[in-house]
Amino acid sequence: MRAGETNRHLTGWLLASPLTLVLILFLVLPIVMIVVVSFWQATEFSIVPAFSWENYDFLFGSPVTYRVFGNTIKYALIVWAFTLGIGFTVAYFLAFHVRTQTWQIALFLLCTIPFWTSNIIRMISWIPFLGRNGLANSALISAGITDEPLDWLLYSDFSVILAFVHLYTLFMVVPIFNTMMRIDKSLIEAAYDGGASGFQTLTNVIIPLCKPGIMIGTIFVVTLVMGDFVTVRFMSGSQSANVGRLIQNDIALLQYPSASATAVVLLITVLMVIGILLRFVDIRKEL
Amino acid sequence: METRPRSFYVLGAFFVLFLLFLYGPTFTIAILSFQGPQGGLTFPMRGVSLHWFFDLFQEQAVGDIWGSFRRSFALGLMVMITTVVVSVMGGLAFRKRFAGNVVLFYLVITALVIPSILVSLGVGLIFSQAGLPIHWASSGFGSQLTWTLPFGLLIMFAVFNRFDKSFEEAARDQGATNWQALRHVVLPIIAPSLIGVALFGFTLSYDEFARTLLTAGSYNTLPLEIYGMTTNVTTPVIFALGTLTTAFSLVIIGVFLLTVWSMNKRRAKQGSDAGKGMV
Repeated sequence: MRAGETNRHLTGWLLASPLTLVLILFLVLPIVMIVVVSFWQATEFSIVPAFSWENYDFLFGSPVTYRVFGNTIKYALIVWAFTLGIGFTVAYFLAFHVRTQTWQIALFLLCTIPFWTSNIIRMISWIPFLGRNGLANSALISAGITDEPLDWLLYSDFSVILAFVHLYTLFMVVPIFNTMMRIDKSLIEAAYDGGASGFQTLTNVIIPLCKPGIMIGTIFVVTLVMGDFVTVRFMSGSQSANVGRLIQNDIALLQYPSASATAVVLLITVLMVIGILLRFVDIRKEL
Repeated sequence: METRPRSFYVLGAFFVLFLLFLYGPTFTIAILSFQGPQGGLTFPMRGVSLHWFFDLFQEQAVGDIWGSFRRSFALGLMVMITTVVVSVMGGLAFRKRFAGNVVLFYLVITALVIPSILVSLGVGLIFSQAGLPIHWASSGFGSQLTWTLPFGLLIMFAVFNRFDKSFEEAARDQGATNWQALRHVVLPIIAPSLIGVALFGFTLSYDEFARTLLTAGSYNTLPLEIYGMTTNVTTPVIFALGTLTTAFSLVIIGVFLLTVWSMNKRRAKQGSDAGKGMV
């Protein structure tokens, strides 16, 4: 029995060793490196090993930091609300209103295909749509809704959030659809038989049962938005900032220690959010 | 046929709008990439031509598009194969509890949720401090794996959660060794899901931008090349490139889906081989 025990651990470790190796080399060590460098100092051309709290002092002493972190959380919350609303509705339609499995699979694939194409291309695709002479403005003008093209459609918070919702709603649809498909249909019938209205069934039966899917979707959307720097740069025309942009700017100026300090604070923030969310869901069971 | 409730039509309309929202912009740039030679980045179309596609083939106009495409393609294949092999091994490992499995699982979750610029920055710093040159096939490759492996592993979890262990046990009862049970029973059953893992591995790598930004070195991958173009190219040539790479992605997705479909079909045609074993 004892030998079998060691054997089991050994097999497990042998099988898991390539995964562990990659994660240690390209995840754990880089994080350690960032933490170390965040205490270093920078000259104009190079970075110098040191142990100084200077980068953190500067970070926490600057009002820009708080504004940018606030902005990042604002984006995350708004995008989360929209992706959840849209994602849930789409998943609900697919799971409960589309009747044949063939159609379900076909429509589900149609929703997921953009996930496998380039994010950057999907982002720049909005430009001819939202620009001053873009499709949206021409449509609004010819419909007589406005006389002048709207400037806030592109390069604004509006376009940033629109692009985020466009890119990341899929991450809500897929896990919510997955949990919905596992709901025993007889539970819903039981609710109706018991006299519940459609709305009551939705709020008392379906939504509670979908919670794991909602949590997984939330984890994806929140972390993707909080860690983003490309979407905000493109869609705000560099007029808005989030933490990712702050880090990227420092990197562009070769201020690696300061970039690292910001990165450490961002990582702690993200991990805290995820830690809270993971209390509500056991990911391994829900797949 | 029973009548559908009114909510079906409301939700159906919502779904159609969602698809329009999802695909509309991509179609817009697909149309605009056929702009005439005098056309600009927005409507109206000034004639219809293939001008901007031809422009793509002239190296000096847009930088090293074809070189970066070749690199992205090679990197995609490397990441794909590694992701499939490592995820299957990881998935098999996690079927039984081993010492430290919880720690490893949380590392995988961390890899999934960590802002990608941190991976880029950290790997870049390690390579520069160690005096190693960064290159898409070394540092870029490793950085991308931290994004594709969690997806691969999560798919394997989903697969093994649904896996009926009695097939494997039956094989063992018949005297199969662990390796034989894996090779002749487990792997053939999970094969279609492996195509899914491969699809994730390839496309996530082919489109990955943030994790390769600081780790690709002096030879750009295609997304990095496109990123560079967005800041200095102001002609529809960028739409032509966008349309081509999206079309390429669609072809890849199509190939993967067809493979899964034909595998399932062949399996259905063969039916059960119960009782036909070589005794």
